[in-house]
Amino acid sequence: MPKLTVNSIEVEVEQGASVLQACEEAGFEIPRFCYHERLSIAGNCRMCLVDMERAPKPVASCAMPAADGMVISTQSDRVKKAREGVMEFLLLNHPLDCPICDQGGECDLQDQAMGYGHDGSRYKESKRAVEEKQMGPLIKTIMTRCIHCTRCVRFATEVAGVPELGAIGRGEQVEITTYLEKTIASELSANVIDLCPVGALTSKPYAFISRPWELNKTESIDVMDAQGSNIRIDSRGNQVMRVMPRLNEDVNEEWISDKARFAIDGLKNQRLDTPYVRKENGKLEAASWDQAFAAIAKNLKRVKPANFGVIAGDQIDAETMFAMKSLMEKIGSPHMDCRQDGANIDVSARGGYLFNTTIAGIDQADAVLIVGSNPRIEAPVMNARIRKRYLSNGLPVAYIGEKMDLTYPADCLGSDAQIIKDIINQTHPFSEVLKSAKNPMVIVGNGVLTRDDSQALLFQFSEMIKTFEIVHKGWNGFNLLHKAASRVAGLDIGFVPNNKTGKSAKKMLADAGDGNMGMIWLLGADEIDTSKLDNCFIVYQGHHGDAGAHAADVILPGAAYTEKNGLYLNFEGRVQETKRAAFPPGEAKDDWSIIRAFSAVIGQPLAFDTHDACRQNLITNFPHFAEIGQILPSRWKRVGKSGKISTDPIVPSLQEFYMTCSISRASKTMAESRTSRENYSNQIAAE
Amino acid sequence: MLQDKDRIFTNIYGWQEAGLTAAKKRGDWDNTKSILALGHDEIIEQMKQSGLRGRGGAGFPTGLKWSFMPKEVTNRPHYLVVNADESEPGTCKDRDILRNEPHKLIEGCVVAGFAMRAHVAYIYIRGEFVNEYKTLQAAVDEAYAAGLLGKNAAGSGWAFDVYVHRGAGAYICGEETALLESLEGKKGQPRLKPPFPAGVGLYGCPTTVNNVESIAVAPTILRRGGSWFASLGKENNTGTKLFCISGHVNTPCNVEEEMGIPLKELLEKHAGGVRGGWNNLLAVIPGGSSTPLMTKDVCETMTMDFDALKAAGTGLGTAGIIVMDKSTDVVRAISRLSYFYKHESCGQCTPCREGTGWMWRMMDRMVRGQAEPHEIDTLYEITKQVEGHTICALGDAAAWPIQGLIKNFRPEIERRIQMYKSVTQAAE
Repeated sequence: MPKLTVNSIEVEVEQGASVLQACEEAGFEIPRFCYHERLSIAGNCRMCLVDMERAPKPVASCAMPAADGMVISTQSDRVKKAREGVMEFLLLNHPLDCPICDQGGECDLQDQAMGYGHDGSRYKESKRAVEEKQMGPLIKTIMTRCIHCTRCVRFATEVAGVPELGAIGRGEQVEITTYLEKTIASELSANVIDLCPVGALTSKPYAFISRPWELNKTESIDVMDAQGSNIRIDSRGNQVMRVMPRLNEDVNEEWISDKARFAIDGLKNQRLDTPYVRKENGKLEAASWDQAFAAIAKNLKRVKPANFGVIAGDQIDAETMFAMKSLMEKIGSPHMDCRQDGANIDVSARGGYLFNTTIAGIDQADAVLIVGSNPRIEAPVMNARIRKRYLSNGLPVAYIGEKMDLTYPADCLGSDAQIIKDIINQTHPFSEVLKSAKNPMVIVGNGVLTRDDSQALLFQFSEMIKTFEIVHKGWNGFNLLHKAASRVAGLDIGFVPNNKTGKSAKKMLADAGDGNMGMIWLLGADEIDTSKLDNCFIVYQGHHGDAGAHAADVILPGAAYTEKNGLYLNFEGRVQETKRAAFPPGEAKDDWSIIRAFSAVIGQPLAFDTHDACRQNLITNFPHFAEIGQILPSRWKRVGKSGKISTDPIVPSLQEFYMTCSISRASKTMAESRTSRENYSNQIAAE
Repeated sequence: MLQDKDRIFTNIYGWQEAGLTAAKKRGDWDNTKSILALGHDEIIEQMKQSGLRGRGGAGFPTGLKWSFMPKEVTNRPHYLVVNADESEPGTCKDRDILRNEPHKLIEGCVVAGFAMRAHVAYIYIRGEFVNEYKTLQAAVDEAYAAGLLGKNAAGSGWAFDVYVHRGAGAYICGEETALLESLEGKKGQPRLKPPFPAGVGLYGCPTTVNNVESIAVAPTILRRGGSWFASLGKENNTGTKLFCISGHVNTPCNVEEEMGIPLKELLEKHAGGVRGGWNNLLAVIPGGSSTPLMTKDVCETMTMDFDALKAAGTGLGTAGIIVMDKSTDVVRAISRLSYFYKHESCGQCTPCREGTGWMWRMMDRMVRGQAEPHEIDTLYEITKQVEGHTICALGDAAAWPIQGLIKNFRPEIERRIQMYKSVTQAAE
């Protein structure tokens, strides 16, 4: 561990740390533009120059490895002059358009110009102007503002794994552009907006909308996928303006997917803001809460509890599911399921349905087998973590499924389920990789779970784990990759068909088609086949007028994830909570409270009156929900049942990234992104 | 003055053939095997003794540079890279070596490559040197055919390959790490140092990048001994050097001379003297366009070696001597150099990208006198803001000529500003 002196303060830093990090350690902030902890070092902005003893010139502290006995000065006249010089150069060709620049107020250049800039300019020549570039519907470019730090280029190349951004030209004429000015084909592309230290790359949907100092910042989490990326929701008044990533080393580092960031304009469209009841004429008409509840209560009386079921969707918070489960117990119905996609998960052991390795654990993996999942689409930020591991250590990755581009090299072993057996029997070349790996990972996706033979396949995975010691002391390599934010909490609470008599979501929907279900309450469940629900009384509780609402006989308007405090468990089983950044529109209410109110209408009041009490009740029953940010460790237990494996090919269940939930389907931005990506693929194909 | 017996480049003017037969007659490839038999360390030791300083401009001791290569070859092979991307304005010595003495260079590659335990040398040749490339490639082919290169180079038992790679016309690719990037197929932009190429160079392997002249003189030095070379020239500035004399002299030429020769003697003996006589001399740029110019009274007593020129605030650089007589518009001359550096800046780091353009635009106004007198100080400050703050030395190279101009010809710039003012005022 090298020891060095910074401005006569001694610091000890880790081996491999840079002088810049050492200076920060000693408490001296170093101005920088191109340097970023998570990207490779470019050393091109020259803002971080410091004086080093015995060095004839100031050195770029970001690129200089800290060494024993270095004497660094960050406060000398020479350093000050150097930084002022660099700042002057950066401002030469930078337009003076801060008043109309969206970066204003959160601009590194603006901030640092306060410290190192002059009050006037000595530059009397004409300024450079650069033509705009086309980077798709998410990223707005004003390239005249670019200071050529190349953070965006390095992000695209290193983290996102799409080397489509680059610098062309030389000297003053250097321009950052995409390959042939096309949309960046990445699910993480918009992170370059945060990385850009100036206003060259800004958010297109958020252009000229608001100033950062006008916004209320709410720390929350994302529910667009099951990773639970930490986000900050910026709102003004009762409107969500934008979503930004929040740092969490264990979950999303500091990236979020484009969907997490930009689907929020869907929160303004297609909202359910008042209850509806379907009248005799078959039309849905606005109603009061009392009328809506009365209609449900009437039907509940008509159907027996055995003919009443609940299906919870992908973005339902734990409290709501807990409240609903409590109500179902009171009513006496065993039919409830939080797996609207029909995933057949073995819930007998918690370790059997979690991403046990954890996201941070990927950093220790030395082999990965992905089955029936496309993590790039289902959990893009997690996928970037696998890529990071690949870059640092050359991780061997293979997958069973259709051919796909994961942004890192991965072997396609084929899509035949038989391959799993071959690997176990060690007649497949990948067996060797698993055998020699110390910390192998198996990632099982929904493509496996939604098959009829999923239990038999899970049984095979249990075999595989035994054969290759994928679970051993200090390492659990069995991972289920869920794509629904509500899934793990639902499974933990037991929002699954009760004992032998309960029906799964798949069965409920099938029975509804046959007229064997009297009533189904859809709790934000939209991604289901609603075509056969005519013979069944449907209650839809949710926030968007999507598939579920169209099929409904009674609509209860609920709250979206930005409008409620709720607990979610991500696919690792990590407890996290969303925070209310805005209120639900119109008559819409918090989901748990709707269920509580309905329980009173049918004379079976639930034992809590407030959200706090509801959560407390949940925690009393399931104590691990109290540990925000933590994962309850779960021991590995065999899953699945021996059975026949079908010859159907294994395919990932999710092929679409941009429009997967009621919010993103209502989002114009997501629709544009999808079109733009499709055009991109077509163009590439045409070439 | 250098005696003919001590001349290394005996065919620098191309009076004889460049090919192998003629080269062998001149002594090239003469028992190269025995040089290699000295062993890796002894070769480096001899080079250190010779006192040879790198001929590319920086003047770093060549033997010392070779000794930085790891002593053991691990799983990463060692590489020798020869920088034949000669683009510094005023410099044309490597070009003559490439077209008239290619075998000196190729033999040098074998010797130097062996010393640093490399089996491969890449010669990165400037793209514009089309005929030179053809000559060099023909010489390489000849050497392979004669068994001087290949599995058993010159019968020494050491496998050695030489590849010639053509650049695409960027000055910055003459910077050693930008050259490596370009050689790897990437955009020619200098790398951050450390790590230095001797540790992490071409394809991440230990690499030494040398100038053509440094490599081409190595076989002769090793044949005649380091002490022979050290006996020529001045202390710490030993040996012979190719000087490129251009500009306002009667017979511009390349000439090999002893280090430390007085400038006046060099010009008068080899270049036919300054046009219009010594008293017609205005200034001399001593080492290629990047070195600050010297006025006539400095030239009077100046000797051409690294240390003397450095002490005078300029440098030997590549020894590309540009002579300017009194007919020269010196401000415009330097302004043209500023344009060159602005054009050739790679654009990677801020001070050079933004500074070279600014400096050129100000210089451009200075040529016309369209400026305020205090802007001369501003310009000087800008050069100081660029100098020493960049990734590579191009920023310095752009700053120095202007600094030299302001230091030596400030009254001339002021005169123009005054004249411009009086003309514009009269017009009003």
